Formats: sequence, C-alpha cells, structure tokens
Amino acid sequence: MPYSHKLHAGNLGIDCRYCHTGVEQSAQAGVPAAEICMNCHARVRSQSPLLAKVRESYQSGRPVPWVRIHRLPDYVHFNHQAHVLAGVSCAACHGRVDQMAEVRQVAPLSMAWCLDCHRDPAPYLRPPELVTRLDWQPERDPREIGSELMAARGIRPPLQCSGCHR
Amino acid sequence: MNGRRYWRSLGQRQDSPEFRQWLEREFPQLASEWTGSRRTLLRLMAASFGLAGLTACRRPAERILPAGRGIEGYVPGRPLYYATIMTLSGLATGLLVETHEGRPTKIEGNPEHPSSRGAATAFAQAAILGLYDPDRSRSVLRQGRRSSWEELAGFLPSHFRAAGRGEGLWVVSSAIGSPTLARLKALLLEKYPRARWIEYEPLGREQEWEGSRLAFGRALQPQLRLDQAEVILSLDADFLGLDCLAPAWIQDFARRRRISSPGGGMNRLYVVETAYSLTGAMADHRRRARPSEIPALAQELARALGLAGELPVLQPGPPRTWAEAVARDLRRHPGRCLVLAGPRQPAAVHALVHWINHALGNVGRTVHYTEPPVQTQAEGLRDLAAEAASGGLRTLVILGGNPVYDAPADLDFSTVMRKAPVSIHLGPEADETAALASWHVPEAHFLESWGDGRALDGTASIQQPLIEPLFGGKTAGELAAWIAGHPRQRAYDLVRDYWTARWPKGDAERLWQRSLHDGVIPETAFPAVRPVLDEPRLRALLAAPLPAGEELEVTFLPSASTYDGRFANNGWLQEAPEPITKLTWDNAALISPATARRLGLEAGDLAALERAGRRIVMPVWIQPGHADGAVSLTLGYGRLRCGRVGRGIGHNAYPLRLGGPSPHPAGLRLSKLGRKYPLAVTQEHHSMEGRPLVREATLDEFRRNPDFTAREGPKVERFSLFREHAYTQGHQWGMAVDLNACIGCNACLLACQAENNIPIVGKEQVRRGREMHWIRLDRYYAGGEDDPQVVWQPVACQQCEMAPCETVCPVAATNHSPEGLNDMTYNRCIGTRYCANNCPYKVRRFNFLDYHKGLEEIHKMAYNPDVTVRMRGVMEKCTYCVQRIEEKRIQAKAEGRRPLRDGEILTACQQTCPAEAIVFGDLNDPESRVSRLKRDPRNYSLLGELNTRPRTSYLAKLRNPNPELEGLESS
Repeated sequence: MPYSHKLHAGNLGIDCRYCHTGVEQSAQAGVPAAEICMNCHARVRSQSPLLAKVRESYQSGRPVPWVRIHRLPDYVHFNHQAHVLAGVSCAACHGRVDQMAEVRQVAPLSMAWCLDCHRDPAPYLRPPELVTRLDWQPERDPREIGSELMAARGIRPPLQCSGCHR
Repeated sequence: MNGRRYWRSLGQRQDSPEFRQWLEREFPQLASEWTGSRRTLLRLMAASFGLAGLTACRRPAERILPAGRGIEGYVPGRPLYYATIMTLSGLATGLLVETHEGRPTKIEGNPEHPSSRGAATAFAQAAILGLYDPDRSRSVLRQGRRSSWEELAGFLPSHFRAAGRGEGLWVVSSAIGSPTLARLKALLLEKYPRARWIEYEPLGREQEWEGSRLAFGRALQPQLRLDQAEVILSLDADFLGLDCLAPAWIQDFARRRRISSPGGGMNRLYVVETAYSLTGAMADHRRRARPSEIPALAQELARALGLAGELPVLQPGPPRTWAEAVARDLRRHPGRCLVLAGPRQPAAVHALVHWINHALGNVGRTVHYTEPPVQTQAEGLRDLAAEAASGGLRTLVILGGNPVYDAPADLDFSTVMRKAPVSIHLGPEADETAALASWHVPEAHFLESWGDGRALDGTASIQQPLIEPLFGGKTAGELAAWIAGHPRQRAYDLVRDYWTARWPKGDAERLWQRSLHDGVIPETAFPAVRPVLDEPRLRALLAAPLPAGEELEVTFLPSASTYDGRFANNGWLQEAPEPITKLTWDNAALISPATARRLGLEAGDLAALERAGRRIVMPVWIQPGHADGAVSLTLGYGRLRCGRVGRGIGHNAYPLRLGGPSPHPAGLRLSKLGRKYPLAVTQEHHSMEGRPLVREATLDEFRRNPDFTAREGPKVERFSLFREHAYTQGHQWGMAVDLNACIGCNACLLACQAENNIPIVGKEQVRRGREMHWIRLDRYYAGGEDDPQVVWQPVACQQCEMAPCETVCPVAATNHSPEGLNDMTYNRCIGTRYCANNCPYKVRRFNFLDYHKGLEEIHKMAYNPDVTVRMRGVMEKCTYCVQRIEEKRIQAKAEGRRPLRDGEILTACQQTCPAEAIVFGDLNDPESRVSRLKRDPRNYSLLGELNTRPRTSYLAKLRNPNPELEGLESS
C-alpha cells in the first residue's frame, strides 16, 4: 500500500490521533481500520486503483497487512498512553512523520536512548495538548517548559527495570 | 512455643539422603541437557516441533493487521472483560474473562455472582488452557473416520424421522443446570414420548438427594451459611476442596477463621474422613475413619444428641468419647452450628444430618433448603444397560460426558455402546466414548458458545462466548434441538428466546443486556422451602444395623487435577501438585503408614488391586493421616483416548468403582507386585533449612500470649553491610498472607501460571525439581505420622528489601525498584543461577530448557501479552504482578493523575483466592489493608532472622481446639 504520511499528516494536516485512535487510551497507538480510511475515501478518490486494497478490506473485513517499522523486542513493554499524556510528542520517537512519504525509523529505540529521556525528561516534554503538533517549536528554553510541566504534573519517569521489562 | 516439629515428608522425618539433597541443593540433578526422549517432550508440549530454527538469518518483516471495520468499544491494546459462567457437574460459577484482541487470556471470578464472589477455582483458572488445547476434537467423526457437518446434517433428519415416538431412543447427558437445555429436554421428550433421558455425572450427588428424600420426602438442596456457623462438623465432606459447590463457601468459612485481635473469636471445625482432604487440613479436630466407620459415627452422634435410640452404637473408646464431646459442643451452639455429610456417604447419613441440623435449630440459620439446581440419575444407566442387553436399544445419544470411561464398572458401558445400532456422541475430545460411537460431534468450549446455567442457589446466568468456536463445535442445546426436529437453531437464539419469552416484552432487551453485563439474571435464586421431617422414618434409619467393616476398604476420590478425568489433557492442572500428596502427573493408591507396614509396601511400589473380578495396577503412596485399613483411589487418570498431554498419564481407578443404590467400600484385594513406579512428588522440593517456618498456636495460647510469633522465632537483629535505603517515598509494595485463612487449594498457583505465562515442564523435569510455578504451596505436617495436622504456607518471592539474590548477580539482572520490588530483568540474565543459589526461600525458577519452544500457534493464544515469555537459560520468579501495578498506575495517571486506591491493584494470586488469604498493597499507606495486617500480632517474616527484610510476611496459624478432646487424638 503506497500510503504517504507526508500527504495526509503534512499537506492535509490531519491530526495523528484521527487514525491512531488508541494513542491516548492504550499501550498501542493502533493502526487504523480500513473503515477510518473510508470515512474520507468513500468520497475522495473513491475509484482510485491505489485504494483497491482498502476498499476490499472494508468490504470483506479482512485486514490490510501493513509493514511494521517501529519494533521493540518482546521483553519491552512500551506504553503510548503514558508517554503521550505526559507530554512526549509523537515526533520525539517517530521523527517528522509528516515529512515522510514512506515512514522510516529515525530514532535508535535503544535502551540507552530511552534512558536518556527517562533520566532527564525536561528537554523533551511539551504541554500534552501539543504532542501531535509535529512542527511545534518551543518559544523559550524547552528545559524550562519541561521542568515546569514535571513539577506541575508530578512526572517522574521510571528508571527501574520493571518500568519497561516485565 | 508449642515446640512442635514440622515436617514435609516421611523422608524428612527419617532424614533420608534424598531429603538432605533437596534441602542442601535446589536442583540435585544438574544435568543441563534434556535426557528424556524427544517423544516425551513432544507429547508433553502437545506440539509438533515446527522448523523453528531457520528464521534467524534476517529480521523478518512483521505485519500489522488492523480490523477491516472498527469494533464498537474496542481499542487495540486494551483488554476487555466479559461476564460468563463455567459449569461443572451442572453447577455454574460466575466468571469475568479478560480478552486481548479477541483472545480470552485470563479468567477471574465475577464479584457479582453469588457462587464465586470474585474468586475462581483452579479448574476455572485452567480453563483458558483447555480452550486452546490443540487436541480438542476438530471434526465430525463417523465410525471413527473423519466426516463432515454436511454428512451429519444429511443423516440426522432422516434417522430421527424414522424414530417414531422414540422407542429405543436413549439420551445420556451431563447434569443439566441450564434452564434452556432443560426446556429442550422437555421438547425432545414431548416429540419422542417413549424416549428416556438420563442425566449422569461420575461425581454425582445421588446420595445427597436420596438422603433428603428419606428425611423430607423430596429431593432438596441444602444451602449453607458457613459465615453463621461457629461449630462445624463435616462427615467426609470436603466442602473446602473438591466437594465444594460454590467458592463462596470458602470465603464464608475463612471469614470466620480470620481473627484480628486476641479478643476476637473464630469458628471450630471437626472433620471425620478417610483420606486427607483440604477440609481435613483446616480442621481443629480431625478424626480419621474407614469409610464404614463414618455412618456409625453419625449414628452415635445422633444418639448423643438425644435424637433416638437409647443404646450407644459404638463400643466405649475414643470414637464414642469423641462423638459425645462433639455432640456437647454442637449442643452448646444451637442455631450457630452446622453438620455436613459428603457425597461419598450413603443416603442414610445425609438423612441423619438433616435431622441433626433440624434438632440443633440450624435450619433457617446456618442452613436452609431449596429446590436442587441439578439432579442426576446414575442408576438410570442400569436401565439403559438392561435395555441394551434385551436388544431394545435403537439410538443412543450422549450429550457430553464420557461414560465409556467413567460409568460404574459393573454396567460395562462399552458393551452398551456396541449394542446400540446408532450412537451419537457430543464431546470436546475424541475420547473413549467417541471411539465406540457411530458418530462423534465436536462440542464447543464454554468460552466459545452461548448457554446458560444455574448456580447452587438457583441464580441463573447467561454463558456468554468470548470467541467464535475455534474448531467449529456445537453445544448440547444445539444438538438436542436438532434431534428434536429444530435443525440449524443457533445456541444464541435458543438461549435468548428462552429468557426473553419469560420477561415482559418491553423490558426484555434491557434485561438481556443487563444480564449479560452483570453475569447474573436478577431474581432467579430459588426461594427457601421449609420441609417437614419424616421423623418415624429417620428413627427407623437410626435403628437399622450397619454393614460390618472389612479389613481393607476402598473409597474413590475426585482428582484435584483432572476432576473426573475431563481435564486430563490440561497440562497446567496435571502439573499442579495435588495439594496433600504433592503428586504431579499421576495418581496413586493412598494408604496409611501403618497399613503400608502391615502390607509390606513402600511409596512407589506397584500394587495390583482387585475387586468384583476386575483388576487394576497402581502405584502406592503412603499418606500420613490416612485412615488405617482403607485405600483411597483417585479417579480421573489413565485415560487412553485423550489428547497428547493426558494420554496414559496415571492409572485408571474407574474399573473398580461399582454402581448400586448405595456406595459400599467392600471387596478390595491388594497385592504387592514387586516393581517400582516413578512418581513425581514435589513435597521435598525447595525445602528450607529447619527453622520455625510456619508458626502456629491455639486460640487460647494466642489469647494468653498475643506476641507468640515474635517469641517463637529467633531474635532478629537489624544490621546491614550495605548502605540502606529508606523506602519512605511513594508506594512501597508489600503482601501479607494469612495462614489461618489459606486452605491450600492451588487456585493461586494456577492463577499465577495463567497470568504470568508460566510454562509446563512435564513429569520428568518435575522429578528433577524444575517445576516453574512462581508460587508454591508448602504443606507441612505436624505431629506423628499416623495422625498429623497440616499447615499450609504459600511461598513466592518474598521481595526482600535486603535481597541476597541481588548482590550476587554478576550482570545486575536482578535489582531493586524504588517501590521495593525485587525486579527480574530477563533480557539481561545470563543464567549463572547464583541468585537462586543465594535465595534462602528457594523461590527462583530457572528455565533449564526452552519450555515454550515448539508450542502450536493456537497454544500461544493463551499468553498474557503484558508479560514477557521467557526463554531457555533465564531465571524468573514472582514479580508481585508488576504488569498489573504498572497498568493501574498508568490508568490512574490517565484519569487525572489521581492517587492509586488501596485494593485497586490485585495480584493474580490475591484476586482469585477464595479464602481472601492474600492481601497486597502499599506499606507507605498506614491505613491500607496490608499495613493493618502487618501490625497484627500474628504477623511474622519467614526466615526474618536472616535480615532479608522480606516484603511478604505471614500471619501465624491458629487452631481452635476443644479442650474436652485434648489428648484424645494424638496417636
């Protein structure tokens, strides 16, 4: 499926959460059901051959097999909900997806990389309502913003093993 | 303080070299390679070793498969919970089932359901594995060969069109608690008025109903209020164990054992029984008796209570003194005591018990009567056998159950099957009965089909499926409807139509939704009836002479692992150590130490047992506390037509079990064969050095010395070589286990296994001490080997603040969290096993082999996605269900960063415990339940003198003996 985040999230400005509906409620952000695509594509480019698989999936209920790009080992239990509600932007891990025609992994997603932020989250936090604004630029020192958020919301990322490994 | 010695096994009492090995080395046999045959492993895992090794060259692309259309209320990654029921022997218990992405993964009790009140039994916990059993029946069989639903659909209508008024048509079903199925039974019998329908359960309670017929003239179900009883006498009723008809009984009983201050009171339990049961283990006074002695004791008791009869039944001596003392204690508590009889006791004993309860003023207080929710008719099978012998049997329909395996041996049910021109068997697996049936129809699992059922008190519930039938099975209702001439009726419609027809039209949809949501249908419990005693008949019963006892009597017990044999293919249950014997993967003929000496038998000796011309071979197990002159045989083993896990496991005792109007223990002959049989017994595994590990006192001693636990243990001097942590910030998790409430039932062990993806290792590995259970139920005997008492102690990781395991790990794979958890990081572990070596509690488990490898895909559907599946070479142990802690923590944050409430986080063992013996919570909250328990004077740390500062502690065991009986029991 030639799906472009650049087109949908970038040019059209669709919010991440329109499709990744679980991101605020669940460990998994979720990949949208074909039904969500069809909310628009029932009318927009409704006959495009590029969308045949989506239409077929919507009709039959059989899933479109998307390729997973961001993978963590089975022994790591990452939770989207916890991060998004704490004010970690999608872009912090996934990069500027709104500029990618085809999604690629930009961050190493290694334990050391996770711990950089868990040990010192202040520079990476923003008000939670802005997490999906991938082009957001802080107007002042991001560490200052983050420190205020941490104090106000009691954000203390776990450093113990069982925070992620269980 | 009481100076008692506690021992785990006869081997420990004799200080055998084998026991010393278990004590000194955690894994006496350290061979690191698999030496069992490959075949064993294959069978064990119920799996075909796929070609799993060739995918490592490149990271394979992983696919994400979203649904085509959204599903209402479903968020990927978030579990959903549905209420349903599990039915065993016709009685329903309410469950809440967790599903992940449409896969049921974990079962809990439904707190709204009157029978379960939030608890789930070991059998219910293990039902998840049963659902994903790859050996379940997958297709219709005709004469044992693969057939199809189409072929069956072609056969059934034409066959039953010719059935006329049902001459020669017999239906044998499991006990029917389901109102919908009862209606279908009525419909079928309406269409075929000459047909007969028999409900049969191998562990039926015919004697109970017959007993109430003797006493009241009608079959009635006693409904117990154990929370109201201060003195309880059980005559061979394992009402806390396998004779328990509702987990709520255990809760009620345990609540009256709980004691928070020396001023509090607790109930007193007397038990008379042959084999050691869970109920016997909880007893304040346990009297072992041969089966034939129990009715005599009941009569003596009735006489001592002044019911009838002038002359004593028993000779002067301890039994009579005992019965008289118990009678006096009962009489001191009129309306606040309770007498029970078990299903193995003859109807006359049940009738006497009704009379006794009536005379003691208990009716309406600690017991009341209702219509029975189920009734079975085992003796109806005798009529069926006669009809088969006379050639009148034309069609035999078996709706669930496995009578070829478990029907009374004297009926020779396989001959009945062969005599039936057409036999149709509905069952979950292609079992012994399926093998002889002309048609076998796969039965849907309760987690994948619609149905309904009644709890013991009559409360009806809808059985709501969690998943489509994995192998396309049908329900008994669907097949019955089909035979009754309503083909293609879906179970959903059958159930829904039944209930909505009974509700006001405008309200039906609301009531249906509410019943599904709550898991109970409102106002369906049976009303109490006030029956009238038939005293003249009871008087005659008392006067009736009792059959004489024999030198060697026999009694048959249900299995804690397979129940009646139906769970034989469930590896979790097979591997769960039988609570008393600690046997895994086997059954044995249980005899007392004295009987063993008399017969020259040792544990593990094979013996031939003969009765009524039938002979079986079984290993012998010497059970301290068993009645002398009696043999207890556990049913449910030795299945020959079964899945790969259960086939040929253990020895079948059914061939010696005879039918008849009344159970009788006579006619057994036992001879030694001179061969040994290897048994996998865990009683000596993980033995800790002999310090007062369990602490115990009588209620009186506790009142005089409330701090006896502290006095009993060695002095704890608090010091440390290491820098100490304060542990004063945030949550500090801890656990308290009340030994006074724990009944040793294994529900926690199975709940933990299901929650934490704990593998099955198989008999061979268990023999090497490699079972993987994170929580074990240590069973200690106290007293002499002939008549010891039992104390339970569930032991999981103690989450030491000064954990000895952490300091020896060379790679820091196990270390402490700020909340006081001893974390275990699997991906860091390199398998040195130093940690296990340094753990005084022996709670760490090592994956010697890749126990998960080679499992069939369907088996993997049972995994909890929130817990890592561990591979070979990795250490693991109890985590306090850290995944549940994190889940609730994140949920609390998402709900406006509110603080976690006490009791919000339940560990898996705690949640399912029917005795509420396990309490988990925050020690930094002085008002949390766990903090309050830690302030209880009975609270003590296991091996606290080692200065490990465990977060789990125990509340010492109390017994409430009757001073009148002092010195009468110790033999």
